[in-house]
Parts: sequence; structure tokens; C-alpha cells
Amino acid sequence: MRPDLEIIQQWVQPGHHVLDLGCGDGTLLDFLQRERGASGFGLEINPDHITTCMGRGVAVIEQNLDTQGLGNFDDGSFDIVLMTQALQAVRRPDKVLDEMLRVGSEGIVTFPNFAHWRLRWGLTLSGRMPESEALPYKWYNTPNIRLCTFKDFEALCRQKGIRIKSRRVVDGQHQNSWLARLWPNLLGEIAIYRITRET
Amino acid sequence: MPDTLPADSVGIVSPQTYHFDAPIDLACGQTLENYDLVVETYGTLNAEASNAVLICHALSGHHHAAGYHSAEDRKPGWWDSCIGPGKPIDTDRFFVVSLNNLGGCHGSTGPNSLNPETGKPFGPEFPVITVGDWVKSQALLADRLGIQCWAAVVGGSLGGMQALQWSLDYPDRLKHAVVIASTPRLTAQNIAFNEVARQAITSDREFHDGRYYDFDTVPRRGLMLARMVGHITYLSDASMGEKFGRELRDQAYKFGYDAEFQVESYLRYQGERFSESFDANTYLLMTRALDYFDPAYEFGGDLSKALAAASCEYLVLSFSTDWRFTPARSEEMVNAMIAARRKVSYAEVDAPWGHDAFLIPTPRYTDIFNAYMDRVAREVGA
Repeated sequence: MRPDLEIIQQWVQPGHHVLDLGCGDGTLLDFLQRERGASGFGLEINPDHITTCMGRGVAVIEQNLDTQGLGNFDDGSFDIVLMTQALQAVRRPDKVLDEMLRVGSEGIVTFPNFAHWRLRWGLTLSGRMPESEALPYKWYNTPNIRLCTFKDFEALCRQKGIRIKSRRVVDGQHQNSWLARLWPNLLGEIAIYRITRET
Repeated sequence: MPDTLPADSVGIVSPQTYHFDAPIDLACGQTLENYDLVVETYGTLNAEASNAVLICHALSGHHHAAGYHSAEDRKPGWWDSCIGPGKPIDTDRFFVVSLNNLGGCHGSTGPNSLNPETGKPFGPEFPVITVGDWVKSQALLADRLGIQCWAAVVGGSLGGMQALQWSLDYPDRLKHAVVIASTPRLTAQNIAFNEVARQAITSDREFHDGRYYDFDTVPRRGLMLARMVGHITYLSDASMGEKFGRELRDQAYKFGYDAEFQVESYLRYQGERFSESFDANTYLLMTRALDYFDPAYEFGGDLSKALAAASCEYLVLSFSTDWRFTPARSEEMVNAMIAARRKVSYAEVDAPWGHDAFLIPTPRYTDIFNAYMDRVAREVGA
């Protein structure tokens, strides 16, 4: 399993009801159901991923966050709402965060850091939009339309009264490195945030 | 039938009639003292009886869902595209049961059967049957076949309603409900179309208050009109456009009112053929069963409360151009399942054929159906 998913699964308790926004082929939910005794749904729009989910017994709903939102889910109906590597691809990340913490008591969000040194360096040297392993697209065809840095995200959380319960910073291979811990906004490539509403 | 039987066909099949002697109490308050159900089965029931799949038919459907009755048959059963060896409902793995519902006109007891009390056809005396009554009779059929728990109950349209009803009435007797192109209740528009169909039939002079059997006639014209209006709701504007456009049967307008456009003659042909093979009283009964279906009704309109009794898993599918039972109706059902914390998967399949899309094997529909049923099969050891 991908190391970021490895980290996330440790935060899910048996019996937890989980909503996975952009659940992909259902790898994480499948694992959480079988190994952690959790239940839940995945939302996805990629037809092949949806079929794979159905074939492996992951409950998946074809639903587009940008156009349909989460209005069909009741307040507080999930213990955890997950969104891995999708925040940067939705039209209004701020509203999605609000919705995540409306329907769930806790959110787990992962996204690539646009302030990673390699991206900064690339932009400085070449004067072209940066590309990396975590962001392998051209500027004109990238699904990542809302790129941000760790600092940006944390500022948004402060502004919205969202409390960051914990943050794990990893590199492109999702490995934990002491350098990334030391200077995350420069040296961390991907962050995994646990967030909740300020009470 | 093609000259050689396709490898993925269940082949030549023959229906069987099961007679039930114990009276069945119906939702309308009446009781049927005894009745017949006509059934086809495909595949083999395994030793644990865990691999049985029930197929529920729609408005004009019947027990003949797959294969051919004889080498002379022009067409296979109505859902042959999805039932057979290697198909989504794989008869190499599942034991498939398909029946003609009570009130039908293809051999199961219905308005055109003889009423034992009078020795004449029931006609209008035949009780109005509900989706719940069908499910009850299907459960009795399951008992007879030695099936305690279905691996899946599957249906499209009115058939999907039966699958949903099964999950509420007999939660311990099915593992999966597959609800395709269906709805948790009819809209006013749906009921309105049904009413036009019923009016067409009952206002036909040959209807004789439903006793046309006694007069040795059938309300052919009314039934034809009913089918024509129904048929329009099964197709989409786009699919009709593609099939017929504004094409004329001859080159020029004739400035008259006979069937000049291709679509007119198609509808007439469909209506006529239907009126020769379907019973008018059954058509009234089936449309009423559709109108009455509303499992949320007893729960103050809250379907999620009705679903609290359910325990099976659901697959819900809708089709993008279905305007009879739109994707929004399926989503209504899915949202109630989510609120009730039932395990449900949902997809809206892009297909141009309107409501009829559930009978047509488009690649995505087939992929999803295959993947889901393959998992059901693995789960029940089939």
C-alpha cells in the first residue's frame, strides 16, 4: 500500500464510518473495511475506477464534488472524511473543506506542496511552470487547478476556524524524512493533515 | 434463432408451471384461493442453494428472460443480453429464476385465467395486485424451489421496484438487490401517462367493462394506443430522432392523416403487435401496481426510514437519457440508502436509448454489471 495510505489507515478505528472523496480504485476503503473493520462510501467520477470499486466490494457512488457537492450527506454522518490528492483538483477547496467538516467529525486531507524547493528552483531557473513527480502535468492540461503551499493551507484553516490535529510531511515517495520535518514548506512534497472543527 | 446456437446462450429452454394451493392474502384485502406461477430457470442450483438469482420483470415482461423456446423462435428472451454463460448474470455460476408475475397474461394466474368460482375468466374481478404481493408470491416460489436466501434479486424498471421491495419485506432472504432504471415512487407525470394508457383501453368499445372475453373480442385499439404512448416514454428524443428523424414512408407529403412519417408507422406496428399478444386487463393491473408503489408512504414519505429494515447490499444504476425514471429518481433512492447507512453503489450510465437502455448491453453497463455480479458470485461461492 502507498505509504500515505499506510499513515492514514492508522487513524481509522474499528466501526468508523468513512467517506472517501475521490476514492480512486477503492484500495484504501477496501483495506479499511477488511483490516480495520470500518464501513463507508467512496465518491468517484472515473468510470474505470468505479467499476473496479464495485468488483472489489467497495460501496462507490458516482458523484462529482464540483457540480454536485456533498448536499446529499447529512450533518455529522461520518466519523472521518478523507480526501487524498484531490483538494488541488476541485474548483472551490475552501467550500469542500467546509462540507467535509459538516458531514464528518474529522477530515484527513493530503495534497502536494507547491512551495517544495524543487518546484521553486525549477521556476526560478527555467521561468517555466514547474513539473514534478507529484505534479506531472503541463500547465494547460493539468487537473490540478488550485495548487497551494502548506503555509497557504494552514492560513486557510486558521481563517476558517479549522483546527489541525496533526500534520505528517513526506517526500515524493511518501517517505518520512527528517529534512522534511525540519523545514516542511521548503523540503516537504506531500502533507497529510488531520483536521477538525474548532470547538 | 440463429442457425447455430451462440456459445453465450442458455439454449432451448422450457417453462414450468407451479401450482400453489394455499390461499394468498393480498394488499387489497382480497384472497386468491389458489394460483399458478409460470417459471423458467437457467443454470444449476448448488448444494448449499446459495447461488440463486431472481429476475423480476417489468411492465410487459414475463418469465421468458433468456434463451429460445424452439429453433423456430425469431428472438430470444427479453433479457438475453444479460443472462447466459459468461454474461453478467452468468448461468455457469448462478441458478437463475425468472417468473411471470401474478396478474400476468403469459401463463401465471391473471385476469384472463378461469375463475374457479364462476368457470369464466376473472376479467375485472381479478384483484389489483401490488409490488408487495408479487414479492410475497415470489418468496413462496423460493420456498418451493428450496431457496432460503437469494444471492441477488435483480430487476429493471418495475422489476427494480420488486428488488427494492424484497429488501424491505424479506431482509434475511437476499444478499444483494440490483435496482436498474427504477424509482422509489412514480411522479405525477408517470401516473398521468399510465392514466392515458388506461383510458385508451377502458374507452375502447370492445372493452365491455373488462368482460371482453365473454364477448369473444379484445379491446385491440385501446391496447394499441396504450402501448404507443408507453413506447414513447421508453425511448429518448435523441434515439427516436436517430432511428426515424423526419423520414417519410414515401417521398412527399400526401396532405392526409394516414401514417406518413416512419415514426408513425413504427408506433402503429409496435402497438398492433403488442395488442395481439397482451391482455388488456393485465395492462391495467400492471400500470396500477406501478402507480401504487411507494414503500416510503407508511413512513411519512421518508424512504430512509423504510430502509432501516433492510440489510442487503444494493447496486443502483440509472441511464443518462432515461426521462421516464430519470437518474434523479435513482439518486433519491441512493441518498435514502446512504442516510440509512445501507451499503450501496451507484452509477449513471451514459446511454442514448432512454428508459430502454436497461435492455441494451452498452460497454459501461455491461462492465459494471459483470464486475458487480462477479463479486456476488465469489461471495456466495458460485
